[in-house]
Amino acid sequence: MARIFMKGNEAIAEAAVRAGCRFYAGYPITPQNEIPEYMARRLPEVGGNFVQGESEVASINLVYGSAQTGTRSMTSSSSCGISLMSEGISFIASARIPAVYVNVARGGPGIGAIQPAQQDYLQATKASGNGGFRMIVLAPYDVQEAVDMTYAAFDIADRDRNPVLILADGVLGTIMEPIMLPEEKSPEEVKALKDAKRNWALVGHRPDEKRAMIEPGRFAGQEPANIENAKLYETWDKDIQVEEYLIDDAEVVIAAYGISARIAKSAISLLRKDGYKVGLIRPKTVSPFPYASFANLDFGKVKAILDVEMSIPAQMIWDVQYAVRGRCPIETTLRSGGEIMGRDQILKAAKELCER
Amino acid sequence: MEQLVYKRTSLIRPDTSSGFCPGCMHSTVCKLIGEVIEDLHIEDKVAVVFGVGCNGLAMNYLTFDNTTSPHGRACAVANGVKKSSPETIVFTYQGDGDLGSIGLGETVAAANRGDNISVIFVNNGIYGMTGGQMAPTTLIGMKATTAPQGRKAELHGYPMHMCELLDSLTAPVYLERVSCNTAANVIKTRKAMKKAFQNQIDGKGFSMVEIVTTCPTNWGYSTLDALTFLEEEMFKEYPLGVIRDKTEGGK
Repeated sequence: MARIFMKGNEAIAEAAVRAGCRFYAGYPITPQNEIPEYMARRLPEVGGNFVQGESEVASINLVYGSAQTGTRSMTSSSSCGISLMSEGISFIASARIPAVYVNVARGGPGIGAIQPAQQDYLQATKASGNGGFRMIVLAPYDVQEAVDMTYAAFDIADRDRNPVLILADGVLGTIMEPIMLPEEKSPEEVKALKDAKRNWALVGHRPDEKRAMIEPGRFAGQEPANIENAKLYETWDKDIQVEEYLIDDAEVVIAAYGISARIAKSAISLLRKDGYKVGLIRPKTVSPFPYASFANLDFGKVKAILDVEMSIPAQMIWDVQYAVRGRCPIETTLRSGGEIMGRDQILKAAKELCER
Repeated sequence: MEQLVYKRTSLIRPDTSSGFCPGCMHSTVCKLIGEVIEDLHIEDKVAVVFGVGCNGLAMNYLTFDNTTSPHGRACAVANGVKKSSPETIVFTYQGDGDLGSIGLGETVAAANRGDNISVIFVNNGIYGMTGGQMAPTTLIGMKATTAPQGRKAELHGYPMHMCELLDSLTAPVYLERVSCNTAANVIKTRKAMKKAFQNQIDGKGFSMVEIVTTCPTNWGYSTLDALTFLEEEMFKEYPLGVIRDKTEGGK
């Protein structure tokens, strides 16, 4: 298949359609507007449905309804819009419905800034709604990865009957890059994916069909559902994805995800040329988090970890600290509020730590 | 020769009892829903989206596919179901707080788009499940736990008329207000519900049946006095009848 040049938001939308997504509902918010716009023209071509919701609240609930029929369904938004979806996401997680949503994150808190940021990390990974549910959260660092992760997200969602979040940012949404698109699922494959869920789907059943009940109603109380969900979350070690880049001899290890990690990688290539032994641990799944990659570092060799995030105060640092448990210092270099991470500031901070 | 003239709807579980309070009309409404579904022979393709409130108790004994929406979002959830499974006959079952307060946006937007869904709206002028707080439909002067001196227009505004509000939109196809206080009105309610479902089957668009009912528990009346209040006060504010019927290309 040929490489094509595509904007991140549109590439995410096309990847979703190719994965068999046949329903999208969303509400305009920058910097992700190309996703609903693309879906509005693309979904009707494949017999799918696009609905412009009257709000993010309505949009996630349209997805909640559509996904209950077994149809692969998706929404997207950005930061404050994602906050409005929290209740619906919690309901989807409670009902154990497969669905995919994308956060093309911007500055915050509140309306923040329309420019790229990474200030939704704790919300995305720890509490995307009430009630203590968990999700697999994929954090791409270039457009190709955003495409591949979106495509895979629908399979994960179906496998677990759970929402999956793509945690992107305004850079990835709006940048144009050459990519390879995954194979488009045929109409027969899309139908088979839907039909496979018929035993629990909200489509109408004959009284004697004995529909497998979805929440609420599967259990006599809430606690048994919580216990069953917790069992699912414990199976996710196999789903951890991480890139460990030049860490074998590293004296300073950068911790970064998403666009910050990509900028950090660029800095590392310059640092290495100058003889600085700097590596990178890049969580590709920020939930489940690759704690082992940090815990297994050779702390006899590693002088310090440099946490690089587009969030002030830092957020992923809580997970890094949890893994490192005080075995080496953890410093930060940060930007926030829509200001993009500078390669120079990473170079400066990393050099200082190496020369310590 | 014996002839069966009436039987309990098979869509209510025989092994459970109603969780509704004595004198509450939700029981009647649920029974009618079951009967109408049987009349239309859509038992195997019907799905209900419950709102949050007393209506949700029905999930314990209606036998067909159901789900619960976040409070107020039933119309959005139902439209999502309908879009992705057009052969499913989907309806919402909502109270006045769910449909007219927290879910006002979703209700109006669904009606305005003309979503091909049916809405069963139970209006008893009060929040029942949470214990008698003021609803958007609470009458002027009517006491509620959050309006202990009674609803005052200058403080709380006026009761909302959802049928009339939706009647200001172009898309809705059928809006009727009914009740279940007499045998005659129960029959009218049954007919109205059947029409709302038939409209969806025929692909005509958004239909809503508002059923004005009692809440003896939270109104603080006996079941009989509640009926009197319904007939003398509620019907004055919420007159029964067809608000709009474009089913046959009419208004």
